[in-house]
Amino acid sequence: MATTLRAGTRQAAGGDQKRRSRGRGARRPNWLGGAAGWFWLLIVILPIYWIVITSFKTQSNYFQTNPFAPPTEPTLDNYRFVIEAHFARYFINSVIVTLGAVVPAVLVSFMAAYAIVRASDRWLLRSVNSLFLMGLAIPLQAAIIPVYLIIIRLHLYDTLLAIILPSIAFAIPLSVLVLSNFIRDVPKELFDSMRVDGASEWATLWHLAFPLTRPALVTVSIYNGLAIWNGFLLPLILIQSPEQRPLPLALWAFQGQYSVNVPAVLASVVLTTLPILALYVIGRRQLLSGLTAGFGK
Amino acid sequence: MTTLAPPALPETRPTASRGGRSGSVAWMALPALLIFFAFAVLPLVGVLLLSFTSWDGIGVIKPAGFDSWRAVLSDPGLPHALWVTFKIMALSWAFQTPLSLLLGVFLAGHQRYRELLAVLFFIPLLLSSAAIAITYKALLDPNFGLGAGLHLPLLTQDWLGEAKLAVGVVVFVVSWQYIPFHTLIYQGAVRQIPRSMYEAAQLDGAGRVRMFFRITLPQLKYTIITSSTLMVVGSLVFFDLIFVLTEGGPGDATRVLALLMYKQGFQANLMGPASAIAVILVLVGLALALLLRRIGGGSSSSSQLEGA
Repeated sequence: MATTLRAGTRQAAGGDQKRRSRGRGARRPNWLGGAAGWFWLLIVILPIYWIVITSFKTQSNYFQTNPFAPPTEPTLDNYRFVIEAHFARYFINSVIVTLGAVVPAVLVSFMAAYAIVRASDRWLLRSVNSLFLMGLAIPLQAAIIPVYLIIIRLHLYDTLLAIILPSIAFAIPLSVLVLSNFIRDVPKELFDSMRVDGASEWATLWHLAFPLTRPALVTVSIYNGLAIWNGFLLPLILIQSPEQRPLPLALWAFQGQYSVNVPAVLASVVLTTLPILALYVIGRRQLLSGLTAGFGK
Repeated sequence: MTTLAPPALPETRPTASRGGRSGSVAWMALPALLIFFAFAVLPLVGVLLLSFTSWDGIGVIKPAGFDSWRAVLSDPGLPHALWVTFKIMALSWAFQTPLSLLLGVFLAGHQRYRELLAVLFFIPLLLSSAAIAITYKALLDPNFGLGAGLHLPLLTQDWLGEAKLAVGVVVFVVSWQYIPFHTLIYQGAVRQIPRSMYEAAQLDGAGRVRMFFRITLPQLKYTIITSSTLMVVGSLVFFDLIFVLTEGGPGDATRVLALLMYKQGFQANLMGPASAIAVILVLVGLALALLLRRIGGGSSSSSQLEGA
């Protein structure tokens, strides 16, 4: 870092001696970044705008009006239609799967991270640590066939638990990585004073490490929660009956059935995104930092 | 979970031996290890074993030697899927990297309007691949979509029905979904570049473009490697998006490796060959990750991940 810094400034200094007259260049607006920013922003916003306004149009209104014009006679019929197609049930399924996977995943990862940081038997715990690190490289897609086999053998096929168990397993590596980095930052003196007070490791875990790592626990929960809420492959493979579907799978099935009814399909997209959007409005910073968990600080 | 907890050990004195302390901590890694082993490590070993068997997904699993491998390796579908995978990977990398980089630099500024833009800009990160694919499927439909509504013949093409167009659409939608994520990474990294470097360069009369190439870009080297690694390795496992958007079609134009595996395993009920393809998927992913690490200069990219 330091060398790049020095080299960078030296080059800038050497090369620009003769151009000092143009020194005000840096105040020029960043037109390239600005143009790219506005352009891509439009690309991102337009479809989202289209989804929202179209979901309030009647089907005949949709065909008659300009796609980007707001509905002339806004209707909630599409939402009623979607809710009548059992989306409340799919919503509950998604909540069960997400909470049922995130809470245990974060708890066991937290315990494992604590053990990795605190244990004196370095060799054993270091190998556990590198096992989890290697786990980061295992793609779910590649493991899906044996997962399917294991779930069948456990007689869990077509249950929500079938989605929950592999979701926990695949959430663990990154969670342990992020959490152990945070626990490592807890000052050693605090652990020592807990020990002097006669606290067990179990008590230290909950009364010292847990409150101090709370921001990281939130981050990791958000990251895993979003991934599991939006997960598609596990339900696709492991769920058969319609009433066990979580939202993404239900969306897909709904679209397959009513693809001609564009406003209704888009209303289903809005409805399934609403809870995350609400979270985004409440805790945008937490959510965004959760998304880059483990990739930079 | 609490049932696993042993009774707290009040007799653990401050003077307890190091070995004893370790004993009371190591078990805490057990629950995570058990689940991880059962549903991640075991399947990874299992997929290799299954590739030497014949199984229809329901009946008994019979050993089959190298049959699956012979079938997969002699199937022209495999090189085609590899080619499509690499094509989509390369195109989406080439499209996403410069845009994310520019946007990251742009959004790193602390101007108020840029922060407002960022709020809207990151929304695609919240949507599921299934939702995004469904939206674009509706949007691009030649009869009911945007083109028909706006009466623009340019937009009224059979986007998902023609091989060349479908590949382009997949690359575009992938970028739509992931550019915000990579922009977020770049934005964070740009904000960590010390201001003093720019101030020094400014004093020396460096222009904006010059500063971008002399300071910003070199400072972002490891971020570029991290982001590229995530893009490249991540694009191997695009499944949800392509599955919902095109199902690998038209024909086999967008049938990437992960889709080929799904079709063999869960549609043709040939779990043996599908497992062989899964093994190939893992090997290609590992090879790419190692290659990018080599390009990135030794272990620095991994140390950035590990020591974050």
